[in-house]
Amino acid sequence: MIRLEDYAPIVGSATIDELTNLAHRLQGKVIQNINSTSVGGGVAEILTRMIPLLKQIGVDARWDVIKGNEKFFAVTKKFHNALHGVPVDVTDEEYEWFLQVNRENAEEMNFGDIVFVHDPQPIGLVEKREALGRNWVWRCHIDSSGPDKKVWKFLDKFIRKYDAAIFSAPAFAAKLPIRQILISPSIDPLADKNRPLPEAEVRKVFTQFGIDMSRPVVTQISRFDYLKDPLGVIKAYKMAKKYVDMQLVLAGGGATDDPEGPIIMEQVKEEADKDKDIFVLFLPPSSDLEINALQRGSTIVLQKSLREGFGLTVAEALWKAKPVIAGAVGGIPLQINHKHSGILTHSVEGTAHWIKQLINDPEYAKKLGINGREHIKNNYLITRHIKDYLLLFVSLFHGEDVVHLS
Amino acid sequence: MSEFRFYSKLDLTILLGKKAKNARQLLEEMKVVPDSSIYYHTHRFLHLHHYITPQLPNDFAQWAFNSLNDDVLGEQLASIDVVQHETIKELRERFIEVVGNHLGSNGNKLEAPPGEEFYFLGCQTFVFPTEHVVNDLREFLSVLEHVTINSLYHHMFDAKLRLGRGENDFSAWFRGLGKTELADEVKKLDPYAHTLEGLRKRITVAVRRYD
Repeated sequence: MIRLEDYAPIVGSATIDELTNLAHRLQGKVIQNINSTSVGGGVAEILTRMIPLLKQIGVDARWDVIKGNEKFFAVTKKFHNALHGVPVDVTDEEYEWFLQVNRENAEEMNFGDIVFVHDPQPIGLVEKREALGRNWVWRCHIDSSGPDKKVWKFLDKFIRKYDAAIFSAPAFAAKLPIRQILISPSIDPLADKNRPLPEAEVRKVFTQFGIDMSRPVVTQISRFDYLKDPLGVIKAYKMAKKYVDMQLVLAGGGATDDPEGPIIMEQVKEEADKDKDIFVLFLPPSSDLEINALQRGSTIVLQKSLREGFGLTVAEALWKAKPVIAGAVGGIPLQINHKHSGILTHSVEGTAHWIKQLINDPEYAKKLGINGREHIKNNYLITRHIKDYLLLFVSLFHGEDVVHLS
Repeated sequence: MSEFRFYSKLDLTILLGKKAKNARQLLEEMKVVPDSSIYYHTHRFLHLHHYITPQLPNDFAQWAFNSLNDDVLGEQLASIDVVQHETIKELRERFIEVVGNHLGSNGNKLEAPPGEEFYFLGCQTFVFPTEHVVNDLREFLSVLEHVTINSLYHHMFDAKLRLGRGENDFSAWFRGLGKTELADEVKKLDPYAHTLEGLRKRITVAVRRYD
């Protein structure tokens, strides 16, 4: 089992001491996380890693999962899409069913001192607040910068009953009468996807996929989805390849529920078939080590997204000190300070230009990677995430601007 | 005043739900956002990117250059010398003056593209004591080497502007020890022109000279 002290060689023991110091201030409080699934998805992933670490420093952190049937999750899937700005049609009966399932769960649940509700599925549990009191926080893990108005209006009735709402990026904040807090997601430097890998293991993966490590490799790791713009990546590669030799790797999971997904994938495959230097790799969900190796062995990592929730693949690549060229969307500008810790682009042409520049100037590319790693170390590792959660919990008992803790 | 206890601080970032897409909106919000927001946007870069010396020392300047494409306003905002201001109130007034003058002089109509609006943030700061207590300059040096950048930041930046103590905590303590020249030297350091690690080194060098 990973211990919090295991992170000390990375972030320094003083940082770990600060977390322990904060944790002491939550003694006697039960912090109850509630979401809708114990496996799969980013929320379950982070809670699986974070809860044991919080317990180690004496925080009574718990985790409950609400129960719901297929019909309930069909409604919440609509809510999810609606928060992403997809217009959806939710019937009155569906809203009612959503509320009924939330109420049934609320009746069966024992609530902690701080009720930490993740995403829209369990949002209605807050109706219990009137009878129970306690501190309630809602954590939105979704890009809610342009939500469907009708669904947002429905959710808003519940959100305003909480003490605070947490969002991952400034653009996701809403007009709300409650406190809103910015807490970005994080990566775990000790997870398989990010832990240090021996050079031989990296080489093995490249050999397995037939990629030549002696020539420059430009890689994008992401779903084959319109919003990740794999076709734009191929265009940029072709433009840059007129000037510099390189290979392109597009690696990721299969199609999403994006209706254009299969069409995009077909076009990507077609392009790859025409060029032996383009590698399209469909990776199963258990490919963390392969992704780690592909990122580590690449010359440049791209994340040319057109829209992005947070874009943690950028943090993953920067953590490996790779120069990253990425679209200036979603949470990516938080992770990259343009020309200091990576490159932000707005077009295919810009991406092509910077691919060429960085391949031609490896010293500058190296500097970007080093700065990028430092930035991720200070701001986007799981230890910072734990710090923010601890501060959030402590803040529920302190209203002042500057809090002097004894 | 012989003893110095090192404190540290941690910040929780608050979303104010206010944004600006042009200089006029920026100005209007600048007038009303809480002090913590002005402080946050003039100091965030130092903390977030503390390994590089800031080229654009505040978020307002950065936004004017990069999102508004208003190089004149960007330059004027970047040239505001934070170290010269004793209080956040003064600092806020200076920013308001610069943006106001800029708008008055050219009736600027530039707008940031959608998605690149300026989002006003603030912070709630939690200050807490560390176990490190020192009694003389030698002990001070040995501890300074190990404290987190949060601690260094608290004593050098927060103490003066956020907590209104007039000068940084280190200079105040040196002065109490009778080391007036050292106090003045550290006070004169422009903490905004260095990385936090660079600042740590400079303070160390200065203290060694007077120890």
